[in-house]
Amino acid sequence: MSNLIAIFFGMALVNNMVLVKFLGLCPFFGVSKKLKSALSMGIAVLLVMVVASVVTWPIFHFLLVPYNVEFMRTVIFILVIASLVQIIEMTIKRTNLTLYNALGIYLPLITTNCAVLGITFINIDQAYTFPESIIAALGAGAGFTLVLIIMSGIRERLDMADPPLAFKGTPIAFITAMLLGLCFLAFGGIIG
Amino acid sequence: MHSFTKNFLKGIIRSNPTFILLLGLCPTLAVSTSLDNAVGMAAAFTSVLLASNIIISLIRNYVPIRVRIPVFIVIIATLVTIVDLILQGFIPALSKSLGMYIPLIVVNCIILGRAEAFASKDNTTNSIADALGMGVGFAWAIVLISLIRQLLGTGALDLFGHHLFTVPGLGDNPVTIFLLPMGAFFAIGVLLALFRWMGVSTGE
Repeated sequence: MSNLIAIFFGMALVNNMVLVKFLGLCPFFGVSKKLKSALSMGIAVLLVMVVASVVTWPIFHFLLVPYNVEFMRTVIFILVIASLVQIIEMTIKRTNLTLYNALGIYLPLITTNCAVLGITFINIDQAYTFPESIIAALGAGAGFTLVLIIMSGIRERLDMADPPLAFKGTPIAFITAMLLGLCFLAFGGIIG
Repeated sequence: MHSFTKNFLKGIIRSNPTFILLLGLCPTLAVSTSLDNAVGMAAAFTSVLLASNIIISLIRNYVPIRVRIPVFIVIIATLVTIVDLILQGFIPALSKSLGMYIPLIVVNCIILGRAEAFASKDNTTNSIADALGMGVGFAWAIVLISLIRQLLGTGALDLFGHHLFTVPGLGDNPVTIFLLPMGAFFAIGVLLALFRWMGVSTGE
C-alpha cells in the first residue's frame, strides 16, 4: 500500500509529467490560458491516461511478451490510444452531453499528446504491476492537471502584468514554467 | 528547382518548427542536456520525417480521406520503430540516454503536422525539400539549446567522447541548473525573447 502511495505522489509531484519529463507541453502552453479550459483538458487527459494504462498493460504482458514481439509496442500502443480516444469521445457524447460540451474539443487533441503515450511506456519500462500502473496513471494525470491549473492561474494574472516587451506572451510563459519547476524541485525530498 | 529551394528554406528560419511554430517541444527540451543527445535526436527525427514525407506523398492519391490520419500514424509509428531498433542495435549508448523519447517521436506534432499539411497535398520532390528544411530547422534549434545548456551546465564542451574545451572559470563552478529540467525552460524562454527582440516574429 505504501508502495502505491509512493508511486502516486512520485508521479504527480516529483517526476511531474510536464515540468520534469517534458511530456504534454503542447496542451501545457496551448490550453493553459483560461482556468476553465485547463481544468477540462486536465481531466480529459487524466481519464484517457487511466483507460490507456488499463488497456495497454494487459496487451503488452499477455499478447506482445508471449509472442516475443515487444518491439511492436510503439505501433500497437498508439493505435490503441487513438481508438480509445474515439470510443471515449463517442461514449461521452451519447451518455452525458454536459460533460461532452466541456471535454469534447479536447479529446481528439489527446491522441497526439505525448503524456498519454509516455505513461504507457513508463508503466512498461518501470516494470509496474497492473495495480501499480493504474496508480501511476492516476498520479501522472493528477500531476498534469495540477500543473495546468496552477499555470492557468498564473497566466491569467500575467496577462495584466507588464513584462519587457520581448518577453510578452510565450517567452514569459516559459520563464514561469521554469520557476514553477523550481518550486516542484522541493517535492524531491518527500519520496526517497 | 525554384520550389525545391523555397520549400527547403522555409523550415530553417521563417517557419522554424521549434522557435516559430513552437511544435514538438517535448524532445527538444527533454534531451537537450548534452550535445550528443541533441545530435542523435536531430538525426533520428529528420530520418523519420524524411521517410514519412516521402511515403505519404507517394501514397497520397490512394488513401481515402476519412482514414488518412490513422494511416499516417501507422506509417510514422512503423518508421519510428525501425529507427528505434537501428539505434538499439548500432548505438546502444545513445539509445539508452535518449530512452523513451525515441519511441515518443511518434506523437511529435511536427511529423504528423507536415504529413497532414504538406506531404498529403504535394508531390514527392517538394515533400523531400519540406522534410529536409524542417529537419535542419529542428536540428539547429535543438543543437543551439543543448550547446547553451551543456556549456553553462557543465562548463565544458564534449562531443561524442572528445573533450573540446573548458570555459575558464566556469569549469569548476558550473551553473548546474541548466542541466536540470528547469534550465531547458529558461534557455528556450530567453532565446525566444532574444529572437523577438531581434525582430523575428515568434509563436502565437
